[in-house]
Amino acid sequence: MSPSTVKLIGAFGSPFAHRAEVALRLKGVPYELLLEELMISKSDLLLKHNPIHKKVPVLLHGARTICESLVIIEYIDEAFDGPAIMPTDPYERAMARFWAHFMDNKCAKPFMLSVWSEGEVQKGFLKEVKENLALLQAQLEGKRFFAGESIGYLDIVLCSLAHWLTVIEEATGVKLVADDEFPDLRRWAKEYTSNEIVKQCLPDRDQLLAFYTAHLERYKMIAKAMLQQ
Amino acid sequence: MGDHELKLLGMWASPFVLRARLALSFKGLSYEYIEEEIFGNKSALLDKSNPVHKKVPVLIHKDKSICESQIIVEYIDEVFSGTGPSLLPVDPYDRAVARFWAAYIDDKLFSLFMMMIKGKTTEDKAKGRRHSFAVAETLEGALKGCSKGKSFFGGDNVGFLDIVLGGFVAWVHTRDILSRSKQFDAGKTPLLAAWLERFCALDATKAVMPDVEKLVELSKMRQARDDAAAAAVSQSN
Repeated sequence: MSPSTVKLIGAFGSPFAHRAEVALRLKGVPYELLLEELMISKSDLLLKHNPIHKKVPVLLHGARTICESLVIIEYIDEAFDGPAIMPTDPYERAMARFWAHFMDNKCAKPFMLSVWSEGEVQKGFLKEVKENLALLQAQLEGKRFFAGESIGYLDIVLCSLAHWLTVIEEATGVKLVADDEFPDLRRWAKEYTSNEIVKQCLPDRDQLLAFYTAHLERYKMIAKAMLQQ
Repeated sequence: MGDHELKLLGMWASPFVLRARLALSFKGLSYEYIEEEIFGNKSALLDKSNPVHKKVPVLIHKDKSICESQIIVEYIDEVFSGTGPSLLPVDPYDRAVARFWAAYIDDKLFSLFMMMIKGKTTEDKAKGRRHSFAVAETLEGALKGCSKGKSFFGGDNVGFLDIVLGGFVAWVHTRDILSRSKQFDAGKTPLLAAWLERFCALDATKAVMPDVEKLVELSKMRQARDDAAAAAVSQSN
């Protein structure tokens, strides 16, 4: 099969774009990274290729466009040769997909709102965050990675827990997780962020912290809007 | 037909349960169906097999629980790949396109129905109708692209995306009756309107479709209950 150009539209600091990059690198697929400046404006290229959601990441493979990070990961796994990203057993695949959906549909909002809300409302979200983390930690079952001995789908999907969580805690001054809580998740986070392939596309921690610090007001506004829904 | 050791926990009115039933029906798989009480307490089996969300549908296959309707459909397709037709397309890009639209449907369509069903004010309901049309228009484009001139999202035969959208058809019919208008209007979204008719005429669909009259009754009952609750609140203020 003749190789077609692979491009990835991403943005600095986006854990969703990181997911797609890790998948490409794990698979050994060369790609060109096109960075959006989302805080300024969305490029014509992004709007053309993702008119429905107008979000990163977007994978361009030859004439094909694939949007939505979870869809992109499975596409990369199926369209290219290389080490498997998804589990091979159908039940394990179903479980991995279940926890991926749990992360994106159930965890995202409480995480966001637990750092941006106050008082009793915040207490409620903090409790929910801890419950969610406990459920996720339980999936590790003492393994090195969620996928077993090496990185797989769920590790990639949960990347924001490994790297973004502590940065956001530092930027906002809100401690979501005490130092002695969730030791298995901490261990996993170290394993994930020190992985040779992951390191190649993980945003620099100091730069990420500066990024969140610079855009605190913006995130506050997004969270406020979320609260009102 | 052998015993596939399948059980499905469901609720007759749920579009997500209908999806799972459609997948099982199109694949020609036998299973034991267990109905959860709609207003009652959740059963011990449900609590045990879906402790995280405590929601239906849950597929139980040889004591393993699989939750989330789309995940159930993919699971059935992968495990029973030798039985009945394939639901997911073969080509990775076609699969990605199907999964993208499936995610879109769950993101937009469900919340829309909720807006229209639970919309408190006339304005809410009107907003729901406008968004509903925008979504229908988008899906019309998706159908055009995926079907490539054939009858279904899956092409000549029903596939994953037909089943994902198919879960909602009973509610589409219900809304059509209650609103005295068409959610998939033949004039505005001709492909979708034709798809709806074609999909509902299939034996495998008819075998699992809930009674639309009962859904209309349920909808009216819910609306009456919501109205009464709202009236009680405004009276006590």
